[in-house]
Amino acid sequence: MLRYTFLRIFRALITVTLIVSLAFVILRMSGDPAIIILGPEAPPEAYAAFRSNWGLDQPIWIQYLKFFGAVSQGDLGNSMRDGRSALQVVGERVPLTLAITIPALFLKILIGLPAGICAALYRNTYIDRLIMTVSVMGFTVPSFVLGLVLALIFAVKLGWLPSGGSGTWQHAILPILTMGLIGAAVIARFTRSAMLEVLGQPYIRAASAKGLVWRDVVTSHALPNAAIPTLTIVGFMVGSLVAGAVVVESVFSWPGVGRLLVTAVANRDLAVVQVILLFIGFTMVFANLTVDLLYGWVDPRLRTKQLQAGS
Amino acid sequence: MTLELNDPKSLAEDSGSGSVFTAKDRLTAFFETWPPLVLFALFWIALCAVVVAFAPLIAPYDFMAMDLPSRLTPPVFFGGVWTHPLGTDELGRDVLSRLIISIRISVVIAFLSTLIAATLGVTLGFLAAYFRGRVEQLILILIDAQASMPFMIIALAVLAFLGNSLTLFVILMGFYGWERIARIARGLAISANEQGYATAVRDLGASPWRIYSRHILPNIASTLIVSMTLNFPEVILLESGLSFLGLGIQPPMTSLGNMVGYGRDYIQSAPWIMLAPSVAIVLTTLSISIVGDWMRDLFDPTLK
Repeated sequence: MLRYTFLRIFRALITVTLIVSLAFVILRMSGDPAIIILGPEAPPEAYAAFRSNWGLDQPIWIQYLKFFGAVSQGDLGNSMRDGRSALQVVGERVPLTLAITIPALFLKILIGLPAGICAALYRNTYIDRLIMTVSVMGFTVPSFVLGLVLALIFAVKLGWLPSGGSGTWQHAILPILTMGLIGAAVIARFTRSAMLEVLGQPYIRAASAKGLVWRDVVTSHALPNAAIPTLTIVGFMVGSLVAGAVVVESVFSWPGVGRLLVTAVANRDLAVVQVILLFIGFTMVFANLTVDLLYGWVDPRLRTKQLQAGS
Repeated sequence: MTLELNDPKSLAEDSGSGSVFTAKDRLTAFFETWPPLVLFALFWIALCAVVVAFAPLIAPYDFMAMDLPSRLTPPVFFGGVWTHPLGTDELGRDVLSRLIISIRISVVIAFLSTLIAATLGVTLGFLAAYFRGRVEQLILILIDAQASMPFMIIALAVLAFLGNSLTLFVILMGFYGWERIARIARGLAISANEQGYATAVRDLGASPWRIYSRHILPNIASTLIVSMTLNFPEVILLESGLSFLGLGIQPPMTSLGNMVGYGRDYIQSAPWIMLAPSVAIVLTTLSISIVGDWMRDLFDPTLK
């Protein structure tokens, strides 16, 4: 178990390194920072001063290492728009994003899990077909289309809810509903296939054969085992709590991290984009690591098998 | 692909000719091998293919032509006129013409991107399968890293830092989904390597390049094509999402997501501007997913 844990943590560290490297590479590829900041008209001495000030005249690998140092200290530059620390600008928006993504996550699980289990238990009946048809729609309807259609119905036609903005709890309903419905479709599909896989296993037949009531077979034999693959997808959703709302926030003008990212990209406010990229990368890696460790804890086969495979 | 699509047809005819019952059974058999939903999906895909091939000929107007006096005309059956079947937008541009050009651009981008992703994925997957050891570990780490980040965030970051151009955008979209294809290609190549035919050509002295390109690739192509098919609608969704945000395809060019993005400002007064491309996106992604799933069920012997 200890080795499994260390391996997972090592993997996560490599991924973090890759994400920071990606940020460094695209930052350097975006052009000479001296020209970007000072403009093309500045005198050559100003460029030289700027470069030595920011260490841009040093070899690239020293710059690379320094970049790691800066990232680890949270020194990520200032927003070009209002000059405040980019970290602070992003930090202010995080609670607003979580205010819609966390309720949406609960909605996804509340609808998706029972729907998926239902579809698997009533496989090939009209219930299954109905649930799966709706679920396919969740995969193929883009969130901005669903969001706009919901806004068209509930805000424009019926006038029940505001179509965008923030401030009251009513503003949060449509974004939560949009993300919740789409995520529920994903969870339902995963849960269904996980359940079907488990229900086909010999131990389910054995449990039935020894005379257990079907209800008990499902609750105490099928569900716990089907929970394992479902855990992965839910873990991915927890990791994307911050990242998953980019489009939906823009549809409903919800002032969260996603909306900030879109405006920052449009204005090329590189410091803010970089902070969001790193922040989302770290949360994703952390969530994946947690799921991996939970996995190893829930399913002992996994940690031994992975070790034998040497990965 | 046409060959594989013909397979079930010949099957249907066989079962039909073997039957002593009436034509009605033939019809049932036909719909059993060709479910109505799949037929509809294939019909929509064929329609899209025609649109992609002949877009400028089909479009009744130039997609950029403005006609200010007839701006915001609603579609036919909603108080509009037949000259603009799907109505016009805020600048009097014909929505149908814009839709046709948009479908072309979105589909072409998705197609090129999927091709790039497939090439990248298959190459890396084969390299991992051939070299094993360190190279494989490195590729697996790259796959894991790619899979652990939401692609939209990476795409937005790259667009922010490097600016936007059509070439860059297509290449960027080409990075979407390579990790899934690489994973599948690696797995399939490793198991193909252990089969008799690969060993046979290797013992005959064929070069690794020849073994992989002429023997293993054709043998695993069907599975790869299915996974490419399933990648395709996701690229359309990603592209239209980015274009919707105003960060993908830039005007004066148009794409499906772009149209929705602009139509959104007129959701109250002229919802058709936004609804027409939305329906096109949903129908296209839905059709390709249906056909992809259907092909997967057809090819995957474990599901039968």
